[in-house]
Amino acid sequence: MTETLRGAPAMVDHEAVIGLEVHAQLLTRSKMFCGCPAGYVGAAPNENTCPVCLGLPGTLPVINRRAVEHTVRTALALNCEIPHFTKFDRKNYFYPDLPKGYQISQYDLPLSRNGHLEFSLDGRRVRCGITRVHLEEDTGTLHHAGDVLQSATSSLVDYNRSGVPLMEIVGEPDLRSAEEAREYLVRLRQILMYIGVNDGNLEEGSFRCDANISVRPRGSDTLGVKVEIKNMNSFRAVQRAVEYEITRQITVLGAGETLHQETRGWVEARAATVSQRSKEHAHDYRYFPEPDLAPMVLSVEMVEEVRHTLPELPEARAARLVAEHGIGADDAGVLTATREEADSFERLVAAGVPARLAANWQVNAVNGLSNAHHVPLWESGLGIDGLAALLRLVDAGTVNQTTAKELLEELYLGGGDPGAIVRERGLGQVSDAAELAALVDAAIEANAKAVADFQGGKEGALQAVVGHVMKATKGRADAKLVNRLLRERLSG
Amino acid sequence: MSAAPETLAECAAALRAGAVTAVELLERSRARIAALDPQVNAFLSRTDDLADRAAVEADRLLSAGTPGLPALCGVPVAVKDVLCVEGAETTAGSLILRGFRPPYTATAVQRLLDAGAVLVGKTNCDEFAMGSSNENSAYGPVRNPWDLGRVPGGSSGGSAAAVAARMVPLSLGTDTGGSIRQPAALCGVVGFKPTYGRVSRYGLIAFASSLDQVGPFALSVEDAATCFAAVAGHDPLDGTSSPTSVEDPLGGLREGVDGLRLGVPHEYFGEGLDPGVRAAVEGALEVLRSLGATLEEVSLPTTDAALSTYYVIAPAECSSNLARYDGIRFGMREDRGSLLETYLRTRDAGFGAEVKRRIMLGTYALSSGYYDAYYRKAQKVRTLIADEFSRVFERVDAIVSPTSPVPAFPLGAHSDPLSMYLLDVLTVPVNLAGLPGVSVPCGLVDGLPVGLQVVAPRFLDARALRIAHAYEQATGWRTLRPASVEAVAP
Amino acid sequence: MPLTPDEVAHVAMLARLGLTEEERARLAVELGAIIDHVSALNRVDTSHVAETAQVGGLVNVWREDEERPPLGRRAALANAPDHDDEFFRVGAIQEQ
Repeated sequence: MTETLRGAPAMVDHEAVIGLEVHAQLLTRSKMFCGCPAGYVGAAPNENTCPVCLGLPGTLPVINRRAVEHTVRTALALNCEIPHFTKFDRKNYFYPDLPKGYQISQYDLPLSRNGHLEFSLDGRRVRCGITRVHLEEDTGTLHHAGDVLQSATSSLVDYNRSGVPLMEIVGEPDLRSAEEAREYLVRLRQILMYIGVNDGNLEEGSFRCDANISVRPRGSDTLGVKVEIKNMNSFRAVQRAVEYEITRQITVLGAGETLHQETRGWVEARAATVSQRSKEHAHDYRYFPEPDLAPMVLSVEMVEEVRHTLPELPEARAARLVAEHGIGADDAGVLTATREEADSFERLVAAGVPARLAANWQVNAVNGLSNAHHVPLWESGLGIDGLAALLRLVDAGTVNQTTAKELLEELYLGGGDPGAIVRERGLGQVSDAAELAALVDAAIEANAKAVADFQGGKEGALQAVVGHVMKATKGRADAKLVNRLLRERLSG
Repeated sequence: MSAAPETLAECAAALRAGAVTAVELLERSRARIAALDPQVNAFLSRTDDLADRAAVEADRLLSAGTPGLPALCGVPVAVKDVLCVEGAETTAGSLILRGFRPPYTATAVQRLLDAGAVLVGKTNCDEFAMGSSNENSAYGPVRNPWDLGRVPGGSSGGSAAAVAARMVPLSLGTDTGGSIRQPAALCGVVGFKPTYGRVSRYGLIAFASSLDQVGPFALSVEDAATCFAAVAGHDPLDGTSSPTSVEDPLGGLREGVDGLRLGVPHEYFGEGLDPGVRAAVEGALEVLRSLGATLEEVSLPTTDAALSTYYVIAPAECSSNLARYDGIRFGMREDRGSLLETYLRTRDAGFGAEVKRRIMLGTYALSSGYYDAYYRKAQKVRTLIADEFSRVFERVDAIVSPTSPVPAFPLGAHSDPLSMYLLDVLTVPVNLAGLPGVSVPCGLVDGLPVGLQVVAPRFLDARALRIAHAYEQATGWRTLRPASVEAVAP
Repeated sequence: MPLTPDEVAHVAMLARLGLTEEERARLAVELGAIIDHVSALNRVDTSHVAETAQVGGLVNVWREDEERPPLGRRAALANAPDHDDEFFRVGAIQEQ
């Protein structure tokens, strides 16, 4: 059941001001401050725990170096400044999923600040500032009896996730619409996956997003009352939640009422944001520098070493593919959606497949199959090398597009040698003009009405005649050549 | 003086000579505990199985003539109940951890066990190491073997008393603001606090993270040095543990003090100093002079502010370190249905008055609006204190002073918390600057022990021990025993 | 100067200490005295001094990203006052 908003139309034209906060779990083998496995999906409850991440008395944290490197890598990819000196701080509050009663995080001297993320949307450039990227530890997870926090009489705690390295990326409130918010997240997630620091999984919670939304009269530069929105578990949810909240805020103001600074949760089933708790009872986190951890001094050399490990980022790579290979910008965007896809494309080209052919096939036929089977090209039985072989056959005219597509479908999962199969089954394209000429004549004779229609001006009628030749050759005829021969025969 | 081996060194020699076995030493320790501990209350629990097995194993190694056995092999020891021992109840002197059995052992304790030491049991202490008299334990106070109506000092009162009463030759305590040195002084034994970072804090139930250190109580400086050597050194599980290699403290132990310059800070000899303590310490300074050291008056002007600095930083860190005691994963729980009520009731019932006081103080000092004026300010004054020591150490090799301004006082004498805090004035600056400090017996006042404190620059633990050793060897205080001990072991 | 009852209540809630009336009254006085005493810090000139970040002077202490065998569930739950053999159990959370 959805709620609809009713209200007087706003008297003033409002603009939305949106700032997004992303928490991204880092791809490390072990947790942030102990050696427990960082991956917990599928693990039995409380199996991946140790005295440190359980917060047992007497235990001490030790920093995971790779987590620091991943954060520096992210900061560089987001054009941030990396300070010389940085440290961890304790954020103190009580909650059952926080075993020590404090979270080790970063407060006033984070690992990086002042970056930006640029992207294109509807033909214009959007630039969103990045306030900071810092490093902290994740909390455990709570399961509420009955699934609803507010009414549960008891809750169950699992500390498998406690201590997993978490990066917090705070965006400036530079976004102005739900579309911009969504696109920012898509681009950010893409970058994090490209540089290998996060697996981009929104459903399982390794990539989480909260939004801070306010509205103000257009042209004003003061900020309105800020509302925090949580519990958006997909890009679609983010877009819908942001849209809803903007409308809600404008409606409330338009009715002459006041907005409360609060936290609201997106409730998918009601297609609405619902108030969770008032931010007026804000926590006093009593931040102070973590005495159990030495501060970090990041040398220029260390930062440069990390910079050298950065791969070409998505936008830059797409632009290069257009410039170097002459493919279309749209195709380039699809091909660079993930690093693996972009790598696949470039390997196809390196294996001798013309760029446009490779792009067309990868974007359409291959993506279709990989989505249907949930198996990407580079993990399929056919593989990149197999596809390259197949496409070289197409390029050489050895096999026609239709046959090639059928072969692709057949070999995708199980693999096989396209060249050998074409030979064995005699699937080679019929492109001998003399051979085809005979078949063309026969087809013309057998389709007198269609021929008459075509000669009378109906372009589409030719297809039936072409089809006749294709059928006679069991689909192996070079369709373009057949077309040409037919037109020659029938025009003169 | 007793003919039976008492010190760690004597026990080690007797074991190797075959004059006694580890099992016999353990039995003697248990007999001493049975005779005296009902009055002293030094022990909270015993680790009998662990001890029996260790003693049998030590005897096996000793009788097999195994070469290179550590001096600690077969020697009975005790550790303060803030140090985790796997499978053994570890309470930190608090009700909130009653029944808690850690699944791991503190690194410092493990190193003693690896050296073959026989762990007799866990000693009593002020709750969560907060106190200067061991009257804050949830399991009853510890009494000073020299006078059972008086305190042994704190917070490591049990560890100090256990050694003073000759229950064990060696024990581990912890020192955050003087909690090894002060009870050592009040109980007439040697107590040593290493340079911050020298001994791993992994497995030490935290009180104040930037101040806590683990260290030994012993009957001689040499024994303290032996223990220090066994437990010190980098631990990858402690991110504050120093990677600098440890200078062998036993190597230069006998070098003496001839030619050394010793600083005497006039701020440590102020009005609050008991006249008897003053006399004893001044006598000790004379002995040092006669041994060839030059004594020079120095000034540490920020000493005045050191106590305030400590009583902001330590409670602040402890308020955060003690947030984990919430009845969810371990320890006591007072279930009240809702989570909030459970937190409130558990922590009210589980913590004693001094702990609550410090948690409140620390929370206040860190809270919004007060952080800059208190915590941040204290951390700046701390820098001043450390810098001041550094400057003084450019002129002198070590600093000497009384350890405690007063000898052991009667139980209940300092019911006002602030008056208790003032007793830490001579020891807290050393923790704030992370320096090594040792207390060595230097006399008696009305039959009560007095301690001399020797403080050296960071990482020069060996120097502090060397100076203390020279003084000790030139005097007879080491061999004095409390009357209560004489009565059971003439 | 003693703390006000509101101040005591506020700090006690931040620290999740359920204090009795008697405790609150006593602490108001005791804490007031201690805070007055430590306020002497304000008289110390620290205008040219930085906070002690780490008394050991260490920087960049970290470990390699390697897995160590975890404790396992049974040992993790062994000291728990309330558990169901899989999870730790807590009472109704409601609003905090």
